[in-house]
Amino acid sequence: MALKTVGKVAIYTLLILIAASMIIPFIWMISSSLKLNKDVFSFPMQWIPENPRWMNYSDIWTKIPLGTFIYNTAKLTVIVTILQVLTSSFAAYAFAKLQFKGRDALFLGYVLTIAVPWQAYMVPQFIIMRHMGLNNTHLAIICLQAFSAFGVFLMRQFYQSIPDELCEAARIDGLSEYGIYAQIMLPLSKPAISTLVIFTFVNTWNDFLGPMIYLTKTELKTVQIGLRMFISQYSSEYGLIMAASVVALLPVLVIFLSLQKYFVQGVATSGLKG
Amino acid sequence: MKGNKRKTLIAYTFIAPNFIGFAVFTLVPLVFALGLSFMKWDGANPMQFAGLDNFARLLKDSTFKRALWNTVAYTAGVVPATLVCSLLLAVLLNQKIRGRNFFRTVSFFPYVASLVAVAAVWNFIFSPTKGPVNGLLNAITGIPYSKLPGWSASKDWALPTAVIFSVWKNMGYYMVIYLAGLQGVNPELYEAAALDGASGRQRFFHVTIPQLAPTSFFVLIMLVISSFKVYDVFINLFAGGDNQLNDATRVLVYQIYNTAFRALEFGYASAISMVLFLIVLCVTLVQFAGGRKLEG
Repeated sequence: MALKTVGKVAIYTLLILIAASMIIPFIWMISSSLKLNKDVFSFPMQWIPENPRWMNYSDIWTKIPLGTFIYNTAKLTVIVTILQVLTSSFAAYAFAKLQFKGRDALFLGYVLTIAVPWQAYMVPQFIIMRHMGLNNTHLAIICLQAFSAFGVFLMRQFYQSIPDELCEAARIDGLSEYGIYAQIMLPLSKPAISTLVIFTFVNTWNDFLGPMIYLTKTELKTVQIGLRMFISQYSSEYGLIMAASVVALLPVLVIFLSLQKYFVQGVATSGLKG
Repeated sequence: MKGNKRKTLIAYTFIAPNFIGFAVFTLVPLVFALGLSFMKWDGANPMQFAGLDNFARLLKDSTFKRALWNTVAYTAGVVPATLVCSLLLAVLLNQKIRGRNFFRTVSFFPYVASLVAVAAVWNFIFSPTKGPVNGLLNAITGIPYSKLPGWSASKDWALPTAVIFSVWKNMGYYMVIYLAGLQGVNPELYEAAALDGASGRQRFFHVTIPQLAPTSFFVLIMLVISSFKVYDVFINLFAGGDNQLNDATRVLVYQIYNTAFRALEFGYASAISMVLFLIVLCVTLVQFAGGRKLEG
């Protein structure tokens, strides 16, 4: 009995230590975002600043066009997510539920590329985009993110778990394929769509290398590369950097906490399929 | 017959919106990448066929070799460390304990957090002379600052810092995969082991680990592939305002980026891309072979 208690205590101590190491950087970030530069590194540190400097949070909007960055990122994220969900669930329906010539060959195209790292073809992709006049446009990021093989994969896998009889019955009732997709499959696939939404959202919001290649004009930048630019320009404005970081984190935190269930399910299923 | 044609046509309308985008922005660039690696091109003047020149140049290019070596070293550090940490965390959080969901959420959060933002905090906290980590180390051990690790600011500590950072950031993600794997372990195996008088440690090594072998294999492959693609971790931890990395910190994707977009050597950059592609391809082939074997 005593041994069990000791074990329990050990486990909780360990877990609390791990949780602390996960959270402390974020608390440190928030705490520093409310400090003067000279107080950020005072040791021992003051976790709750005596005179919280809320001004940091108003200054960041004028020091860099943070509002523009957030607007750009939000716009890109929403458009990419909608396109991704629509086009990939649309295509996945055909791959999962329709019989047609060339289906397997087309799907093989997706399968073969899913393992190819984007970094291996980002250079020719850039050349093609530039040729189309898309360099330094948001459209480039949209084209880059919206048509992933991953989305088609995920949705197809989910649709395959829905019995074919359901579609057959709907066909006999006279529903067209588009009708079946819109009225039966789409409403049924809420869990898969939630997973796809949250993955696409986080990926697009946090994407770094894509915007870094395509968006060199300041007014086009996203939060990530805008923040990066800010950090390299004002490297000693510790308080402001932390305040901007908090702002950059917040939307993803909100989305994550509200859709957490789907997120965890998504990771688990995409992990298990391997 | 006519019905079939119509069916195919309808199916194509379903696939077209995604497939056109996919073909133009993924398939075409992919084929183009292979061709480009045999060319010499600055992006403005006409392309020249270069045969194997780009690949011959790779063999003599010491910065490329440095980048490849750093990437391999980073992979060698990050893969086992993440694997072990996420497995242990999953086993801990698979028990019936209070606050389990809280601990799971907290462990997962660094994974979704913006890398630029957390790398900035990280660099502050691990700042060699001002940061609280070295401050604490100094206060506890009494070792002078000059002898404490320089973390991301020093050549020797750069790679370990990147490894620690990545483990911290990603272990929650792999923990979730392990948790899913643990759901699939038959509880009767634990009961049988307990009946045989197996201790907790024995159960871990003789039931959990072997039962999780397929999951571990999958995690291993994912980790290797993702660490060969690393770029943003290194730029955000180590690069200054000019986004340049030095010999101690350059990695493969940085080398591709710099060769293409700074030096404007698109052909040579594609040759480096092919190296990355081949490495990932080999890992994927191992995955296929191993997956078959594990499935029996």
